[in-house]
Amino acid sequence: MTDNKNDLIEYLLRLGDNAMINGQRLCEWCGRAPALEEEMALMNVGLDLVGQARNWYEYAAELLADGRDADQLAFRRDERAYRNTLLVEQPNGDYAVTTAKLFLFDAWHFHTLSALSASSDERIAAIAAKGLKEVTYHLRRSGEWVERLGDGTEQSRQRMLAGIDEVWRFTFDLLSSDEIQQRLAAAGIGADATAVAAAWQATVEQVFERASLPVPQPASYFYLDGKRGLHTEHLGILLAEMQFLQRAYPDATW
Amino acid sequence: MSEWILFEVFVRSKHGLNHKHVGSVHAADANMALESARDLYTRRNEGVSIWVVPSAQITATAGDEKEPFFDPSQDKVYRHASFYELPDEVGHM
Amino acid sequence: MYAQLVETGVKRVKSLEEMTPEERAFQERIDAEIKIEPKNWMPDAYRQTLIRQISQHAHSEIVGMLPEGNWVTRAPTLKRKLQLMAKIQDEAGHGMYLYSAMETLGADRDAEIDKLHSGKAKYSSIFNYPTLNWADMGAVGWLVDGAAIVNQVVLQRTSYGPYSRAMIRICKEESFHQRQGYEILLTMMRHGTQAQKDMVQDAIDRLWWPALMMFGPSDADSPNSAQSMAWKVKRMSNDDLRQRFIDQTVPQLEFLGCTAPDPDLKWNEERGHYDFGPINWQEFYDVLKGNGPCNRERVSTRRKAIEDGAWVREAAVAHAAKRQQKQNAA
Repeated sequence: MTDNKNDLIEYLLRLGDNAMINGQRLCEWCGRAPALEEEMALMNVGLDLVGQARNWYEYAAELLADGRDADQLAFRRDERAYRNTLLVEQPNGDYAVTTAKLFLFDAWHFHTLSALSASSDERIAAIAAKGLKEVTYHLRRSGEWVERLGDGTEQSRQRMLAGIDEVWRFTFDLLSSDEIQQRLAAAGIGADATAVAAAWQATVEQVFERASLPVPQPASYFYLDGKRGLHTEHLGILLAEMQFLQRAYPDATW
Repeated sequence: MSEWILFEVFVRSKHGLNHKHVGSVHAADANMALESARDLYTRRNEGVSIWVVPSAQITATAGDEKEPFFDPSQDKVYRHASFYELPDEVGHM
Repeated sequence: MYAQLVETGVKRVKSLEEMTPEERAFQERIDAEIKIEPKNWMPDAYRQTLIRQISQHAHSEIVGMLPEGNWVTRAPTLKRKLQLMAKIQDEAGHGMYLYSAMETLGADRDAEIDKLHSGKAKYSSIFNYPTLNWADMGAVGWLVDGAAIVNQVVLQRTSYGPYSRAMIRICKEESFHQRQGYEILLTMMRHGTQAQKDMVQDAIDRLWWPALMMFGPSDADSPNSAQSMAWKVKRMSNDDLRQRFIDQTVPQLEFLGCTAPDPDLKWNEERGHYDFGPINWQEFYDVLKGNGPCNRERVSTRRKAIEDGAWVREAAVAHAAKRQQKQNAA
C-alpha cells in the first residue's frame, strides 16, 4: 500500500499539473482572442481546468501530509518537480497551434477522466466524474474548431496543418505509459494508458476526417518525458511568471 | 457589416418556465451560437435549455402597432377565471 | 462611470411646446417612466447618443480586461486565480451584453469596435493606467468596480429598455467584483507582511484620483448633461455620483487602515458629506485624448487581437458555408 500511495501522489500531481499548466496557457489569451465569443470560451475552459487542478492538488497534499497545501504544490515546485505532459506547456502560437494543443489534449483528457470515473479510489472517481462533464464540453468545442480551421479557408487549412505539425511530436509523451501507470491501472485505481491511447487515436481520426485533415504517423520517442520532470525549456519560463509572487514573498499571505 | 451572423438567444431556466429572450451573440453557425450562448448567458447556472435564432429570421410587431395588436384583448375579461362568479359552496375550482 | 462625456449633438434641450407631436409623445413616455423599446419611434439624436454611450460602456468592459490580464498569469494562489479569471470572464460577458443592447438600436458591433481601434470611440479613462503590483487587482475591484457600480445601479432605471435590462443583469453579477477586490486588500492589510501593506497603500495612492475622475467632469463643465438627463439615459449628475462614491468609500478606506492621497479629504458635518480636494482635470482630458500612460498599449492590444484573428473568423464563416452547401445537396 505504501508503494501505491507514492504512486498515487505522483499520479495526482500529473493530473493536477496537466490541468494547471493548460489553464495557465489559456490565461495568456486574455484580451487577445480572435473574437469576443472566444474570449469567453477560452477563459471558461481555463477556469474549469484550474478548478480541476485544485481538486487534484488538494488530494495529493492530503496524501503527502508534509505540511504543503494545494497552493504550495502549484506555486512552489520547480520545473523538474512538475509532472505535466510536454504538450500543455508549449507556447500558444497562433489560434491553430492553440486549437491543435487543446484538441489533442482534450481528447486524451476526456478518455482519461472517463476511465477514472470508474476508479476504485472513490475520491478520484468523484473528481474525475465532475471534471468529465466539463471536459466533454471542452472536447466538443475544440473538435469543432479543428473542423472549422481544417476545412475553412485555404489559409486556415495551411495554418491548421502547421499547427498540428508543430505539436504532434509531443503526443508520444502524452500517450506513453510507465510503471506507475501500469501498477495503478492494475490496481483499478488509474486509467489503462494503452486503452486511453487507442480511444484517443479513434477520436483524433474521426475529427480529422471530418476536417479533411491527414492523421500523422504516430509520434516517436522524444528524449524528454514530462512525467519524469524532463521538460522543454518553455516550462521554466512559464513557472517563473506563474510563481512570481509566491517566490518573491515567501512569507506573505494572499 | 458584421463578419458573423447575429443570433437571438432564448434560455429556459430550471424552474420549468418558457424560454425567455436574454440577448444575442455573434456566430458563424448555429452550433457556435449555441456554445457562445451557453458560455455567455448560463455562466451562473441559469439555464437547462437554449434556443438560438438568426435575428434576421424574427418578425416582430412594430412599436406603433401596440394599440391594434394588444388593446383589443384588454376588454376580453371573460378570458380570465376571475370573471366568473361561483357560489362559495362550489369550493375551489 | 464607464461612459464619460457622451456627445448628444444637442445644443439646447427643447421644451415640450417646441417639439413635434412625435417628439412630444416620446418625451412624455420618458417622463412617465415608460421604457423605450427598439421598435418604438425615437429621435435620431437619442438613438445616436445611446449608441455612443452604450458602445463606450461596452468598450470599457473589454479594454478593462487588459489591466487584469496583466496579473491573471501571476495570481498568487489558486483561489485568487480562479476569482480573477471569473471576474475577467464576467467583464467580457458584460461587454457582450452591452454590445447586444447597442445592436438593438441598429448599430453594428464590428463597426463600433472599429471605431475603438481607430481611436474614434472612447472608453473609460481609468483603464489607461497601469497595474503595477498585485494589490492593484484589489484596488481595481474595490475602487474601479465600486465607482462603476455606483453609476450602473442608477442606470438600471435608464429609459432605454434593452440598456436598462443589461444594467440589471450586470449589477446582479458584479456584486461579487467589488467584494473580491476589497477582500484582497483586507487580507493583505490584516495578515500580510509590511511589504504587502506597502503594496496596498501604493495601489490606492495611484488609483484614488483616477477612480474619482471616472465620474467625469463637474456638470457645470458637461454641456451634454442636461439633454442626457431629460432623456433619462443619465439619471444623476456626475458630481452627485462622485460624492455618493466618496461617502461610501472613505469608511471602507479607514477600515483598511489606509489613507487617500488627498490632504483635503475630511468629513463635513454641515453638509453631511466628505469634502475633497480639487481634481486634476487636465490629466483627465490628457488621458481621454490618448496621452495616458497605457492608451497606446491598450488600443493596440485590442486592435492586434481582432486583426490577428481575422483569418480565424473568416475560416469559421467559410466552414459554415461549406456545411450549409453539403446540407442543401443532401
